[in-house]
Amino acid sequence: MRHRLSRKLLLFVLAAIGIAVLAAGCGGGDGEEGTPAPAPAPADPGASPPPSAPAPADLSGRIEADGSSTVGPLTTLAAEEFQALHSDVQITVGISGSGGGFERFCRGETDLSNASRPIKDSEVEECQANGIDFVEFRVVTDALTVVVNPENDFVDCLTLAQLNTIWAPESEGMITNWNQVDPSFPDLELSLAGPGTDSGTFDYFTDEVNGDEGASRADYQASEDDNVIVQAVQGDRGGTGYFGFSYFAENPTAVKALEIDGGSGCVAPSVEAALAGDYSPLSRPLFVYAKVESFTRPEVREFIRFYLNNTQTLAETALYVPLSAEQQADAIASFEAALATPG
Amino acid sequence: MSDATAPLTAAGVDRTRIRRGRAFHAFLLFSVAIGFVLLITLLVDVAIDGIPQLTWHFLTSAPSTLPERAGLRVAILGSIFLGLLLIAFTVPIGVATAIYLEEYANRERWYNKALEVNIQNLAAVPSIVYGILGLAFLVRGLEMGRVLLAGALILTLLVLPTVIVASREAIRAVPDGIRQGSLALGATQWQTIWRQVLPAAIPGIATGSILALARAIGETAPLLLVGALTFVSFNPTLLGPFTAIPIQIFQWVSRPQAEFKLLAAGAIIVLLIILLAMNSFAVWLRNRHTREY
Repeated sequence: MRHRLSRKLLLFVLAAIGIAVLAAGCGGGDGEEGTPAPAPAPADPGASPPPSAPAPADLSGRIEADGSSTVGPLTTLAAEEFQALHSDVQITVGISGSGGGFERFCRGETDLSNASRPIKDSEVEECQANGIDFVEFRVVTDALTVVVNPENDFVDCLTLAQLNTIWAPESEGMITNWNQVDPSFPDLELSLAGPGTDSGTFDYFTDEVNGDEGASRADYQASEDDNVIVQAVQGDRGGTGYFGFSYFAENPTAVKALEIDGGSGCVAPSVEAALAGDYSPLSRPLFVYAKVESFTRPEVREFIRFYLNNTQTLAETALYVPLSAEQQADAIASFEAALATPG
Repeated sequence: MSDATAPLTAAGVDRTRIRRGRAFHAFLLFSVAIGFVLLITLLVDVAIDGIPQLTWHFLTSAPSTLPERAGLRVAILGSIFLGLLLIAFTVPIGVATAIYLEEYANRERWYNKALEVNIQNLAAVPSIVYGILGLAFLVRGLEMGRVLLAGALILTLLVLPTVIVASREAIRAVPDGIRQGSLALGATQWQTIWRQVLPAAIPGIATGSILALARAIGETAPLLLVGALTFVSFNPTLLGPFTAIPIQIFQWVSRPQAEFKLLAAGAIIVLLIILLAMNSFAVWLRNRHTREY
């Protein structure tokens, strides 16, 4: 009996070790597979990439993108259209938020990082520490939209100073009524909803409105899910909140968008105003960051080229504010310049 | 007067007791009704939105930014692959552990006691904690990446305690007379377990495993952390990126377009159908294979 039992135990332990080794083997195998995946086409390091190289018909490989949930749908659409042309290229797009995306990007885990704000200095350092060189592309414009309840008939336009009164860190617990924002507004309780601190939208808004990135009152309903903000504003007559333009474009009757007076009169958020640069300062560029090292892979090069060349059509389909022709030319130029840089 | 009061009081006492009985009965019905009404409301609400979505296109298309193109194929396959891997991992390990604890372990030993307490505690650990473990240990520690296998292993850890507990119950329920009889006839302990105890315990083990699997198929939180919240438009592979039905629902619900909420309702129905099918299979298995002693 005892003898038998210890033999079984031994077998069991051996089996457990076997499983562990197997798992480690798989992990290691994948790690190796992940880095030099498409070996067949090593780009010539000779610094002569023809700017209008014909797209190779037989592209394959995997491209990994992650980052902002605001930019995510656009990159996803670009990925879909690209995969329709090159069915052997596999593109994944995660939505971890701008900050979460950069964290992975600077660890070298992703090829592309979507961002609704420029990369922060701390993130640049992180990337440098890990030897990740990157290029920034502006892919689309967004008009950050401030909304109120559709039944709100006393406000159509807010100045930046009024927005600051509503959202400043000092207003926490102090500014709780619309009549404190402006004496002409009625006695109605103010109820706030907005994106959480992981969001690039939050960073941009607080920077422009409160003068300091990340400075905001904290007593508002924070959610990374913009639908929750829409619902919060929709459900409260005194509600107000802010999010990216495409959420308003998709829900134009659920909430009412306010005009913003950035110093030169009230301007309503719209594709035209953002494109013309009139919707200032709340129109903002949205970015895709690309790892330079990944440019050695033809599928990554071709995907970025496709993305930038088609950014206007993509933006219109996915309800974003497209780049102007000039901005698009700038983005393409910086891409070709990055290709020309050896390394 | 006094004639009238006496029977009245007697009847009064009786009536109070009857009333109490009825009140309690009503309370029980009310309790049942709360759960039932809520569930029916949810189901009807989801069905109204979701059933029109269940088209062939919806079941066979890849996800998309545009609601009219989007489908559930990749998520369905992801969930099925996760389920198959989960069975392959949990059942052998879970049943082996249960056999050891029930048939071999000397319960007086401290390490066996520690093992038992640990397994019971693990069953109560929130699923998100397993997700963090998966991210730190599998995805980054072993550099597995955000792949299907990592997701399956995390779900395995998550439901393993449940499978072990269910298998132990099933093995314990096999009458000792069977073991004694087998041993008395000269069978070894292993022969007894393999030929007598396990076959008798199979219905219980299978039911427990399938219920655990059903729980895992509906899990979202741990998969979010190992990277399933991703647009993946190609079929999942063992060491490739993946998504699953609950994650797809989560993602669709957070999209601005109203059409995506309808698609999410459709996905919920698909998930419900899969879960119901699994649970019914568990019930059928139990009824079919239960032996009476």
